[in-house]
Amino acid sequence: MIRFLLTAALLLGPLVPATAPAAGGGDRVVVQDAYLEFRSGPGRGFPVFHVVDRGESVELLRRRTDWIKVRVDGGKEGWVNRSQLERTLTPGGAPVALPGASPESRTAHRWEVGLATGDFDGASVVSAYGAWAMTPTLLARMDASHLLGDYSNGWLVTAGIAHVFMPEWRVSPFVGIGGGVVRIEPKATLVQAEDRTDETAYAGVGLRGYLTNRFLLQAEYRGYVVFTSRDDNEEIDEWTVGFTYFF
Amino acid sequence: MDRRLHILLLSGIALASLAGTGASAQEAVAAPETPQVVEPQVERREVQRPEIDTENFEAGAFIGTISIEDFGSSFVYGARIAYHFTEDVFAEATIGTADAGRTSYEDLSGSVDLLTDSERTFTYYDLAVGWNALPGEAFFGGRRAMPSALYLTLGAGSTRFAGDDNFTVTLGAGYRLLVTDWMALHLGARNIAFDSDLLGKSKTTQNLQVAFGLTAFF
Repeated sequence: MIRFLLTAALLLGPLVPATAPAAGGGDRVVVQDAYLEFRSGPGRGFPVFHVVDRGESVELLRRRTDWIKVRVDGGKEGWVNRSQLERTLTPGGAPVALPGASPESRTAHRWEVGLATGDFDGASVVSAYGAWAMTPTLLARMDASHLLGDYSNGWLVTAGIAHVFMPEWRVSPFVGIGGGVVRIEPKATLVQAEDRTDETAYAGVGLRGYLTNRFLLQAEYRGYVVFTSRDDNEEIDEWTVGFTYFF
Repeated sequence: MDRRLHILLLSGIALASLAGTGASAQEAVAAPETPQVVEPQVERREVQRPEIDTENFEAGAFIGTISIEDFGSSFVYGARIAYHFTEDVFAEATIGTADAGRTSYEDLSGSVDLLTDSERTFTYYDLAVGWNALPGEAFFGGRRAMPSALYLTLGAGSTRFAGDDNFTVTLGAGYRLLVTDWMALHLGARNIAFDSDLLGKSKTTQNLQVAFGLTAFF
């Protein structure tokens, strides 16, 4: 199946660009800063090759991260930083909003995504997760993890809530609870190898530290209880570290 | 984990959420009491969010050669999708597959086959963080300049080989050249490392891949 998908991706790959929108007409804005700096590429290191004065209008073509490609009437195109375009007006005189990262996005964001890796009871774990901020301090969170051990492999999918105590602090602690499903597939070389799927619940604590206004480094401990069909429930410790990004 | 610590955590969360709801309930009661003394004479200004095509995703395919430790070199192909968070940092998910060759032991002994054909399929995925370490421009002739970047990636994932999934760490370096605003060429090398006990004793295998890729921003 994977090979089929890959082949399809490879064959269709070159077709995708054909549907990509061409740089056509975009919205226009009027410059309010003393000048706009046109750079030759979408990055702070690219040289400034053109300047547009206050009062002139430019056309917004496309955006990549914090850089926006604009065109002036003469046809000259260049990349301008979002911060310079924030002080522009529409031809009708209304202020223009271009959303971007600011210190407020630490507490005012809505979505988070992240990648993490760590240890799950001796096995390695690779996780991807997403969270929705119901309030600045309360997150609804979903995790999908691949467990890779010496004697067994498996999958773990959980949903839960997390409470961040001081989201405005540079390093803030959080706690979380949730539940999910864990599937363990013992490796074929073991005797009595039997796949099993069990429900599980967890409680966790962690620390999040902001690297920038949009990034944080997250370390987390979770204690899982796996509700097995045997006499005893299984208790598992998980330690992970990962990156999180806000939208 | 100690069961008491579980209970402590759970009650902590319960208390914290109770405290939150209590505060907001008080605000809701207090708000309508405030009388409007001064009518504000502020002209309302509509902020407009211009329609602009944001292109932070990058997706495409790659082909190349992979040297699978003890199993020779093979053709490899795969797909990658990336999201550019800032001009410096991106996240990347990659999946690749190859058919491993035969070990020299299998070739020399003649009739021994260590793996079946399906076990010889080498498939890996990884989730990585990338850093555009050396951004720049490349010049083609005297009239064309194209943005480029030398980037480094570090990722974790899994490799399925010889009927077994193995935790995998990848380390890569690549060169990205933006031929147009939305199309990029990639030339990159990555090391796909995982522990394997396939040939008797456990060791970390290093599988080097060199690949050429084509991606589109959207």
